[in-house]
Amino acid sequence: MSKPIIATASLAGCFGCHMSFLDIDERILDLVELVQWGKSPINDIKTFQQDCDIALIEGGCCNDEHIHTLREFRKHCRILVAVGECAIMGGLPAMRNNIPIKECLEEAYLNSPSTSDANPDKIFPNDEELPMLLDKVYPCHEIVKMDYFLPGCPPRADLIYGALVALVTGQEAELPYEVVKFD
Amino acid sequence: MSDHIAAIDAIAAKYDNDPTRLLDMLLAVQEQERYVSDAATRLLAQKLGLSWGDIQQTVSFYHLLSQEPRGKYTVYLNNGPVSIMQGYEGVATAFSEAVGCSFGSVTADGRIGLFTTADMGMGDQEVAALINNVVFTNLTPEKARILVKAMQKGVPAQDMVTDNTEYGKYGDGNNSLPSIHSMVCNNLIKPGPVCFGPYQAGAALRKCVAQSPEQVLAEVKASKLRGRGGAGFPTGMKWELCAKAEGPERCVVANADEGEPGTFKDRVLLTERAQLLFEGMAVCAYAIKATTGALYLRGEYAYLKDYLEQVLEQMRSDNLLGKDIAGKPGFDFLISGCSWVLAPMSAARNQLLESAEGRRGEPRNRPPFPAQSGFHTMPTVIDNVETLAATVQIIDKGATWFRSLGTEESTGTKVLSISGDCDRPGVYEVEFGITLGELLTLAGARDPQAAQVGGPSGRCLNAAARDTAISFEDCPSAGAILIIGAQHDLLTIIDNFMAFFTEESCGSCVPCRTGTWMLRNTLRRIMHGQGTREDLTSMRQLSAVMQKTTKCGLGHTAANPILNTLDNFPHLYDALIPEQTDIRSFDLEAAVQASNLTVGRASVAKEEQV
Repeated sequence: MSKPIIATASLAGCFGCHMSFLDIDERILDLVELVQWGKSPINDIKTFQQDCDIALIEGGCCNDEHIHTLREFRKHCRILVAVGECAIMGGLPAMRNNIPIKECLEEAYLNSPSTSDANPDKIFPNDEELPMLLDKVYPCHEIVKMDYFLPGCPPRADLIYGALVALVTGQEAELPYEVVKFD
Repeated sequence: MSDHIAAIDAIAAKYDNDPTRLLDMLLAVQEQERYVSDAATRLLAQKLGLSWGDIQQTVSFYHLLSQEPRGKYTVYLNNGPVSIMQGYEGVATAFSEAVGCSFGSVTADGRIGLFTTADMGMGDQEVAALINNVVFTNLTPEKARILVKAMQKGVPAQDMVTDNTEYGKYGDGNNSLPSIHSMVCNNLIKPGPVCFGPYQAGAALRKCVAQSPEQVLAEVKASKLRGRGGAGFPTGMKWELCAKAEGPERCVVANADEGEPGTFKDRVLLTERAQLLFEGMAVCAYAIKATTGALYLRGEYAYLKDYLEQVLEQMRSDNLLGKDIAGKPGFDFLISGCSWVLAPMSAARNQLLESAEGRRGEPRNRPPFPAQSGFHTMPTVIDNVETLAATVQIIDKGATWFRSLGTEESTGTKVLSISGDCDRPGVYEVEFGITLGELLTLAGARDPQAAQVGGPSGRCLNAAARDTAISFEDCPSAGAILIIGAQHDLLTIIDNFMAFFTEESCGSCVPCRTGTWMLRNTLRRIMHGQGTREDLTSMRQLSAVMQKTTKCGLGHTAANPILNTLDNFPHLYDALIPEQTDIRSFDLEAAVQASNLTVGRASVAKEEQV
C-alpha cells in the first residue's frame, strides 16, 4: 500500500502554525518515512496533482480566494484538520469583524499616517488579480466540514506531530495536558 | 448653561439628593432634556457623591434612557412577536415615511425620534407604541400617519388621547379616570373569584388586626398559596423566613414589573384592583411586622403612577395605611409611592432590587437572599402583585375556601394574559388545572400551530400538548400565553425571542452574554438554509452549558425557545437543513459586496455558488 499523502495550506494566518509544524525538528525524518507530500507551501507545490488523504489548514477565511482554496481542499482531501486558533475561530484577523469593511480599507489605504500623504488620489488597490475581502473573517468550519481541530496559537509541534502520526497509523493520539494547555 | 445647572439641581433636590433615587432623577432628566447629556451626568455625579462612571453605567443599562438626544417626541414602537404578528411592519413603515427618518434615529430638526422596544405589556392590543410616556394601542398605518401629523403640529402627546378624537379615545373601566386618561383597554374577558372577585375594601385588614401576626401567617401557609411570578415558591414560607430574619426594619416590595414579553395581567390588576394589591401588602406587613413598602412599577406603566398614588392617598385617609392601621395601635406601614424599573425583565428578583436602589439591573450574588437582606439591606419580601392580592381574599374568606379552588399543589386561581391569533385576546382569571386545550377554546384560538406559555423563557407547546394543565405540577408560568397560528413562521418568532435575550442579557456573565448571541446566530444560519446537522447538536450542547453556568434566571432559561422547538417542532429544522455535503452553503457574492462597493469593482462572480 502506498503511503498516505498530506497537504497543507495557510489561509488568513501568519504562517506561525506552519513554523510550529517545522518545529518537529528531526522528527520530520520519521514523518517522511510515514507519508508522501502533496500540495503545500513547504514544498511549493501549488496545485493538486492527486487527491490527498490529510490536509492541515492554518488560518480562517478573509477573502474570496480563501473560500475557493478551502473548497478545493475539501474536494480533494479525505480528512481536513483545522490547525490553530485562526482556522478554528477566526483568531486575530477576526478582530476586524465588528468594523465595517469600508472603514478597514479607508484606514489602511487613505487615513493611516503612512498612506495619507502617499496616496493623494485616494486609490484603493483593485487589480483583477487581487482577491476581494469578505465582510467578515470566517472560521473554516463555517465554509466546509472540518474533521479535526488542533487548538493553540500556534499548536505545539508535539501536538501537530502526535495528531498526524495518530491519523496516519490509525492509533489513538496521546495528548497529555502539557501538550494542549496554553497558560 | 446656568439654567441647565439649576434644572439638574432641582431634579436632584426633588429626590433629596439621595443616590438610591438615581433612576428617578435620570428619568426626570431624560423627560426634560430628551436625553441624559454628559454634562448632566457630571453634575449629578458631583451632587450625589457618585463617580461619573457609576452614573454612566446606569444610564447605558436601561433602554428608556439615552446618551444621545432622542427627539422632542420619542416614539418607542413595540417590535415584539405579537406586534409583528399584528402588522408591525406596515405601522413602522408608515411612521418612518411620514416622519422622514428611519428607526433608531432622530429627525434633523430634533423634533421626532423613532425607536423600537421589546415589550410594553400591551400584547392584547398590539401594535402599540409609547410616545413621551403616553401609550398608544391598536395602531394601524393610518393612525400612525395621524399621530405623526399631530407631532409635527406640536400637540403634546398626552393631548392626543382625549374623550374621542381622531387620535384615540379613552379605554374602558378606570382607564378613563382623569388621573389615568389612557386609551389602554382592560380586555378583562373572564374575571375569577380571587383577583377580580367580590372584594370589600378593608375587610381583610380588620380581620388581620383581630388576630396575631402568627395567626395571619399560619392562615396564608394553610392556603398553600404559591408565588404567581412563575417560580411558585410557597408564599407562607417566604413570609416566615423574612419574619424570622434579623433586622431593625422589614420591607414588602410588590413586583409589578411583569417584564416577560406577553404578560399584561398586572396592568389590569393595577388599573382595576390597586387597592386589593395595596391591602395585600399591608396584610403581609402585618404578618411579618414590616414598616416599609414599595411598588416596583415597570416604566411602560408610568401612565398609572398618578392614579396609584391617589389610591395610596385615599387608603391613608381611610386608615388602611399609615399609622395605627385599622385602629390597631402600633400597626404602622407606609408604601412609599412608586419606584421604577425600566429593564423589561426581572425574573430574578435580585436584579429588581439593584434597579430599585438606582443601579444597573445586574443580578446580586446569593446568599444573602432578599428575605435576609433585601431592599436597602432590610429583610424583604418581594411578591408578585397577583400573589399579594390573593392573600387579601385568603384572610377574608379563609384558607379552606382558597384551597377549594385549583388543584392539590396549585391552589387558587391564575390570572392569564392571552394574546396572539385568537378572537378574544385579554385577561382571564381561571382556576389552576385548566388545560391548554380548554384555554384555546375559551379564547377562540384560530388554527393554532403552537402556544408559547410563560413568555420567551417558558415553553413552546405543540398540538399534542392540549392536555397540558396550567399548574405548578405540570406547566408553571407567570401566565403569558401566546397563540401562534399556522400562517406564521414559528422560527421567525423564535428568532424574535432570541433577539430579546441578546438584548436583555446584562452581560455580567460570559455564558449568557455570548451564549445568547451564538444561539441566535446559529438559528439564523439555519433559517438561511446554511445550517448543518452538527449545528443542531451544538445548539443543544451550548444550551446545556448555559443552563448550568449562568448567574441568574434569564441565562438559565434563555435557551428554552431553541430547546423547545428542537423537541416539539423538529420538522421545522429538518426542512431547513440542506442535503448533507461537506461544503457548507455560503453566499460569497453577499460577503464580498461591501468591499466591491468600496473599491469600485463590479462583481467577483468567478466562483460557482454553492
